[in-house]
Amino acid sequence: MAHLVSIDDVDMRYGGAEGTLAVSGLTMRVDKGDFAAVVGPSGCGKSTLMKLVTGLHIPQVGTVIVAGQHVTQPVSIVGMAFQNPTMLPWRTTLENILLPLEIVERHRHRLRANKKEYIEKAEHLLELVGLKGFGAKFPWQLSGGMQQRANLCRALIHEPELLMLDEPFGALDAFTREELWCVIRDLHAAQGVTIVLVTHDLREAAFLADKIFVMSARPGRILKEHRVPFERPRDLEIMYETRFNDLVHQLHGEIAQARATV
Amino acid sequence: MTTTTENTAATPAIAKQPARINWVKAAPWLFTLGLFLFWELLVRGLGTPVTILPAPSRIFQAVVQYWSPLLKNSAQTLFTTTLGFGLAVIGGLAIGLFIGWSKTIYAGLYPIMIGFNAIPKVAVVPILVIWFGIGTIPAVITAFLISFFPIVVNVATGLATIEPETEDVLRALGAKKLDIMLKVGIPRSMPYFFGSLKIAITLAFVGSVLSETVASNYGLGNMMASAQSQFNVPLVFAGLLALAVEGIAMYSLMAFLERRMTGWAHRSTMAN
Repeated sequence: MAHLVSIDDVDMRYGGAEGTLAVSGLTMRVDKGDFAAVVGPSGCGKSTLMKLVTGLHIPQVGTVIVAGQHVTQPVSIVGMAFQNPTMLPWRTTLENILLPLEIVERHRHRLRANKKEYIEKAEHLLELVGLKGFGAKFPWQLSGGMQQRANLCRALIHEPELLMLDEPFGALDAFTREELWCVIRDLHAAQGVTIVLVTHDLREAAFLADKIFVMSARPGRILKEHRVPFERPRDLEIMYETRFNDLVHQLHGEIAQARATV
Repeated sequence: MTTTTENTAATPAIAKQPARINWVKAAPWLFTLGLFLFWELLVRGLGTPVTILPAPSRIFQAVVQYWSPLLKNSAQTLFTTTLGFGLAVIGGLAIGLFIGWSKTIYAGLYPIMIGFNAIPKVAVVPILVIWFGIGTIPAVITAFLISFFPIVVNVATGLATIEPETEDVLRALGAKKLDIMLKVGIPRSMPYFFGSLKIAITLAFVGSVLSETVASNYGLGNMMASAQSQFNVPLVFAGLLALAVEGIAMYSLMAFLERRMTGWAHRSTMAN
C-alpha cells in the first residue's frame, strides 16, 4: 500500500554544520486515511517533524515523500493548525477561513468567480465544528475553544489530503479539549483526511489515533510505533477502561525512559 | 403578564440616569479650566511682572487684540505643518514598507536612519536656507524630516513582527513573500502606522515652528520671535496657545482616524 507520508532516515540540523541536530535517523510512515499521533519528551523535534512534512524545512540527509512527491518546497496539499490559533484580527471568522483559498494556486484564480460556492463550503465546515452562525463574528469575539475550532476550519478549507496539528488543544481547558477531540474524531471520520497530530497529551493521542509514534529526546528519532487497537467510533467513556489506561501507562513509561537517557 | 410589570418597574430607574454629570467626559474641560485658574491665581498672588509670566487673562486679551495676525500666522503654520506631515506620511509609509520587506534592507538602512534622526534638526535648517532660501519650503521640509522617522520605524516594526506561526501556515500553502506582505504584513502594521501618526503630527509642529523661528517671515514661530524681541510677552504666550490648540486639534484628528481605520486593534473596548 502506498504511504501518504514517508520519511526515510532524515537528519535535520539547524544553523549550519555546528548547529543543533534536531532530528537524526528519523524514519516514519503514515498511510492514507490514517490518524497518526506523535508523542515524545519536550524538545524532541516534534515541531521539526511538522516543518519537514510541510516542506518548510528541507532536510540535509534523507528523503521526505508526501503523496508520491519528493518534498523540496512547501506542499500545498497540507493544512496546518498550531496551538496558537493565529486568526487575523482584522478579518471576520469567515474571511479568516477563506484565507488559504487566496493563497493556494489551485483556488486563488477561481475564488472571485466562485465566491458563493466557497462561502457555502466554509459555512458547512463551521457547522461541522459547531460554529454555525459565527462566521460574521471577529475572531477576538470568540472564546479560545471557538477560535481553535475556526482554526481547524481554516486548515481544512482547501481540502488538504493531510492535516498537520501541532498541539492544537494545548491551551484549552480540560472540558473544551475533550469537546474538540470529538470534533476532530468526527472530522476524521467524515472527511477521510489523513491526520498527523503532534502532542504531549498521551490520553489525547490514545483516544484519537490509529498509530502512535514515540520519539526519543533530541536528536529525535522514532523509538517505537504503537498500533491503537480500540475500535471506532470511540466514545469518551473509553478513557476510563483498563485497556486504555494500560496503553497510556505504557506510553508514559517509554517517554519517561526517553527523557532519562538524555 | 409578569414580564410587563417588570418592564414598567425598570423604566423609571433608567429615566433617572441622564440627570447625573458624566465626570469622565467633563474632566478634560474642568482640568484645563483648573490649570488656567491656578495660573491666574499664582501670577496675581506672586505679582509676577507681565514680561516674565503674563496671567491667562492678559494672554486672552492679547488674543483678542492681535486676532488678525494670530489667525494669519496660525494658518501659515498649520499649512506648512500639514504639508510636511503629509509628505512624511507618504515617504514614511513607503520607506517603512521597503525596510520591513527584507532583513538585509532592515539591517542596512536602520543604522543610517538612526544617525539621521539623531542630527538636531535645528542644525539642518541653515542648510535648507542655503538651498531653498527662507520661508515656507524650509519649514515644510523640517516638519517632514522630524516627523517621518517615527512613521518609518513603526511601519517597519509592524511588518517585521509577523507571528512565525502565521507565516508558516501561509508558506506551507505556497504563499510568496508578496502574498504574506499583502495579506498579513500590511494590514498588521496599520495600527502601528496610525499610532505613529499621533507622535508624528506633534513632532511636525516642532519642526515647522523651529524653522519659522530661525528662517522665515511668516508663521507662528516668526511671529513669536518678533514679539519676543519687542518684549511683547503676552503675544508670545498667545502664539503658544494657538500652537497648543492646533496641536490638540490635529492630534484628535489622528486619534479619530486611528480608531476609525483600525478599530479591531482596540478590541478590549469593542468586545462588549
